[in-house]
Amino acid sequence: MRRRAGLGAIQKQRLEQEKYKDKGTEIQENQFEQITKQMEFFKVNLEEFATKHKNEIKKNTEFRRQFQEMCASIGVDPLSSGKGFWSVLGIGDFYYELAVQIVEVCLATNDKNGGLITLEELRERLIKARGKRKEHQEISKDDLLRASQKLKSFGSGFNVIPYGKGKYMIQSVPGELSMDHSTILTQASSSNRAYVSVSYLKKELNWEKERSENALEHLVKQGLAWIDTQDTYEKLYYFPSLFNDCVNATAN
Amino acid sequence: MNRFNYASPLLIDHEKTLACENNVRLYDGEVKTNFEGGELIITTHRILWARPGAIARGDTCLALMNELIVYIEEESPGAFSFKSMYNFIKLSFKDGYSNNVLGILNECLQVRHWEVQIPPQVPDKPQAPQIKLRTGIVGIERSLQEKQKAQDETLNAAFQDLNKLMSMAKDMVKMANVISTKIKEKQGDITEDETVKFKSYLLSLGIDDPVTRDAYKSNNQYYRSLANEISEFLYKHIEDMGGMMTLTDAYCRINRARGYELLSPEDILNACKLLESLGLPLKLFQFSSGVKVLQLNTLDSGTIAESTGILIEDNGSLSADELASKLGISITLARERLLTSEKYGKCCRDDSIEGLRFYPNLFLNNEE
Repeated sequence: MRRRAGLGAIQKQRLEQEKYKDKGTEIQENQFEQITKQMEFFKVNLEEFATKHKNEIKKNTEFRRQFQEMCASIGVDPLSSGKGFWSVLGIGDFYYELAVQIVEVCLATNDKNGGLITLEELRERLIKARGKRKEHQEISKDDLLRASQKLKSFGSGFNVIPYGKGKYMIQSVPGELSMDHSTILTQASSSNRAYVSVSYLKKELNWEKERSENALEHLVKQGLAWIDTQDTYEKLYYFPSLFNDCVNATAN
Repeated sequence: MNRFNYASPLLIDHEKTLACENNVRLYDGEVKTNFEGGELIITTHRILWARPGAIARGDTCLALMNELIVYIEEESPGAFSFKSMYNFIKLSFKDGYSNNVLGILNECLQVRHWEVQIPPQVPDKPQAPQIKLRTGIVGIERSLQEKQKAQDETLNAAFQDLNKLMSMAKDMVKMANVISTKIKEKQGDITEDETVKFKSYLLSLGIDDPVTRDAYKSNNQYYRSLANEISEFLYKHIEDMGGMMTLTDAYCRINRARGYELLSPEDILNACKLLESLGLPLKLFQFSSGVKVLQLNTLDSGTIAESTGILIEDNGSLSADELASKLGISITLARERLLTSEKYGKCCRDDSIEGLRFYPNLFLNNEE
């Protein structure tokens, strides 16, 4: 750490420091690339082991725990059995696994879609999370529907709603626990006009048509909203409980 | 000073923390350095210095191997130096020190923890040559490369077959953690995909010893132990979620935590039916609409009616949507609460075109 004097020395020092910095970032980037590679390696191998050695892993308690920890930090799904012989009859782990993964996708996307997801999107996300192997890509919509049927015994909290030909929506948050209705009411009161419509919700909250309709229908059934069909463009939903506030607001 | 190297503050094998001090400045020989006001941690193997908070975040810090220390002495109150063959450094404790740093270090140097090393667990590989400490940028680069290479080799060896992986599992778990933390540092998270993130989270909450059917003679016994497991595992989660969780949600969480021993929906349902009779803090509740949820025992109708009644009195009157926004629950649940409260006589309804409102029950309260 000897110090030199003079302007030239200062400039030289600055130049040196810049070079060090460049080198530093270069090394860092290099390191990161290596680590990403290692991560990929981990991923591919963990996926393969999960499929190939399922039974052995199951037997050894301590190792099972460790394997799961690895999967957790790398983000690999240890559940990946193939369809196998028994699944033809609808029993065996395959459909239970799928059911777990279906619920997982629904829970993870809850705050975005309010617990309503199309079967297509569900399949896409599920396959992506399951891994790149070929057998994962072959999971069909039919498999997903069958797996969803397994959840029937949990009451009506988890629903498969058919709409249109061969199209399905999965509803994972029951009306009882959905916060969508409160959101709609907040929207209606902040709009200062005591009514909302599907297109308004689409504009303000970016909700899908199905999500809005579902929630609004529920509010009508609960007696909280009234339908007005006079509008030529679409149905309007009025909230009588907000009338007074709105009248007061416009009067002021 | 050049004996310091950049290292991760994560403890290596068999390393233990001995003492922590704050507001410490490093001196290179007699010269002040920019490394001031930092955190100093003395472990059995190393002396670590980092900016405040960096160690807790796991960021890189300065590390000096204890084996390089030849001699320690205290200079003047609050400062002392390590003399090495060519050089020495000084540590200045601006705030003094709370632990007996000198004593701890001396003892540590006598015990020489770093020599007690357990050989790596790969039996058929010669012990990897210790990475030599080099100086200069090339040295750093080279040592990084070597480290990388060694890691790649262990990775390859570990995934050759299952037995290898089993014998090296502990190290691999550590390595997986290191890799994912490094990636998280760089880009925030291991992936953009919410599902994968959520999966990682669920998987990390494992159940160590899942209850399996084979271990029990009768179904009844099996369901009972299962009920215990469910209640033990989910109680905290349900509490965090406001006291209620759908059965589908519970199904996913429980099975993820169990790993490979999947439960069928029927088994879970049967176990949940036993929760209340076993005196556990959770119970199965079914809404009139057919939705089944697990909820905390403390959420029984009596206390709900009581607390809702008080809320109505405090506010003069309440409708379902007002109560919902007050408590942060869904409207349907709020309505359910009001109806329960009405059933217990705590309030009266006013059903008008503006919707259903509930007022305090004056018939009961005002007796005269």
